[in-house]
Amino acid sequence: MGPQHPSTHGVLRVILKLDGEKVLGTDCIIGYLHRGVEKIAENRTYAQFNPYVDRMDYVAAVSNGLGYCLAVEKLLNVEAPPRAQAVRVILTELNRIASHLLWLGTHALDIGAITPVFYCLREREEALKIFENYCGARLTTHAFRIGGLQYETYDGFEKEVLAFCDMFLPKVDEYEELLTNNRIWVGRLQNVGILSADECKEFGVTGPVLRAAGVKWDLRKAQPYSGYEKYEFDIPTRENGDTYDRYIVRMQEMRQSVRIMRQAVGAIPEGPILGKVGKVIKPPVGEAYVSIEAPKGELGYYVVSDGSTQPYRVRVRPPSFVNLQALDRMVRGGLVADVVAVIGTLDIVLGEVDR
Amino acid sequence: MADEQKPGGSEAPGPQGSTPPKPPAPAADTAKAAPPKPAAGHAAPPKPPATMAASPWDSDLARDLKERFGDSIRETSTYLGQNFVVVKPDAAIAVLEHLKLEADFDYLVDITAVDWPKRAERFDLVYIVYSFARNERVRVKTMIAESYRPETAVGVHLTANWLEREVFDMFGIEFAGHPDLRRILLPEEWQGYPLRKDYSILQQDQRWVQENLGIESGQ
Repeated sequence: MGPQHPSTHGVLRVILKLDGEKVLGTDCIIGYLHRGVEKIAENRTYAQFNPYVDRMDYVAAVSNGLGYCLAVEKLLNVEAPPRAQAVRVILTELNRIASHLLWLGTHALDIGAITPVFYCLREREEALKIFENYCGARLTTHAFRIGGLQYETYDGFEKEVLAFCDMFLPKVDEYEELLTNNRIWVGRLQNVGILSADECKEFGVTGPVLRAAGVKWDLRKAQPYSGYEKYEFDIPTRENGDTYDRYIVRMQEMRQSVRIMRQAVGAIPEGPILGKVGKVIKPPVGEAYVSIEAPKGELGYYVVSDGSTQPYRVRVRPPSFVNLQALDRMVRGGLVADVVAVIGTLDIVLGEVDR
Repeated sequence: MADEQKPGGSEAPGPQGSTPPKPPAPAADTAKAAPPKPAAGHAAPPKPPATMAASPWDSDLARDLKERFGDSIRETSTYLGQNFVVVKPDAAIAVLEHLKLEADFDYLVDITAVDWPKRAERFDLVYIVYSFARNERVRVKTMIAESYRPETAVGVHLTANWLEREVFDMFGIEFAGHPDLRRILLPEEWQGYPLRKDYSILQQDQRWVQENLGIESGQ
């Protein structure tokens, strides 16, 4: 299966061992999009590398940027000013919605429901417009800078975000009306690709997949960053850890993201947007691992500084890569057609798997 | 900035940058750092410590590890609020297993390596583990020589499978006992290990590119 298969969401090749329709085993061939991002990091300054991280999980570029900026800020021992933190939260949550929408649309398309993708992309467009208005780019946004933000919010930013929130919540209900109780949808997803909580931990699987298995764990709550502790929101979980539960969890996460955005946009503090980092970023010798809750799971950056202006080593801990490893466990014993459903539900982005 | 709090404890065994000498850093620095910071010139050598300014990590867990593994624990430190343990290479897996079974560190977040070519023990091998119960993260680090074959962690954490394959792919570190040690991101026949420091950013496996892609060069 693959590498050019529409349901692999990029270039993933899966060698399936079959007995008729039954899957006996899989072997994932990845690396088609490998660009050596970690090597590039060692040859750029800290600031120069910032835009590269957007090219990993390109549907959630803002999250990538946030993780990297936080890691370097940790090494520098500075924190972004409160105003920057609030704007970061808003844009990151907006990006989570955009990422989940793309997942929902394409996942439904894989299962055979054609309509949702049009709806999802329609709403995602509204989110991307806000990015475009804010920083000029829609996907690879490079929205944040080490130490805070480069751009002030534009006139009407708050209004547009609120308008998006108002517009978006009823749309989630609309998607759910199409899918949640749809017999075909339920039939294709329920009890497919089950991954229990223990298996998730064994495989290091994080994000919605872990929460659908019943583990109430979200880095935004467990180890809050960028001021997430100030906002009220729930961590949606489910019990069975099947494809259907992962669908439900992500749908509820979109609602929670709206909740966070509403709180954040109502209380953006005044003040500077860039902390004291200096023009030349030169962290002292040392190392730090900082991770955030990206739409796909735990996205970590392990950065080693040798005291120069370029990172000595940047290791990206990509959620998609680690989650994809569990594919074999999830599809073994199931049917070929379910492989498509499970790849969809893992919500991988090959740019991040391969880096 | 805030590296002033250089505590008395642990600059001596500094695991990180102790041995690799860094002549290029100050040179590059004089050229660049001069304009933005006129006050802090480079006449006096006020701050940059050549090693990580880590302080000793004092906790029950650190004591427990030292008690249990004795000399195999070379250092327990904390830097920027992040705890790490430096262990002897042959004890790494035992420490991971102990952390998992006795201290609830049941989630292996990442395995990676850092290349220090000028050091006798060339690679840092870094395991990051997390405990859901404690909401705590610990790094387990070992320093290994180029020829050393560390034991695989797959027996302790299944996650290690792909993570070790990636370390093998990028650094050429071979894990003993790994069930499926193949390259994972690069093509299997590729020569060279790109994340080693002596592998230039423009370098590639010319022969592989020519044979498989039918082009002269990938550059």
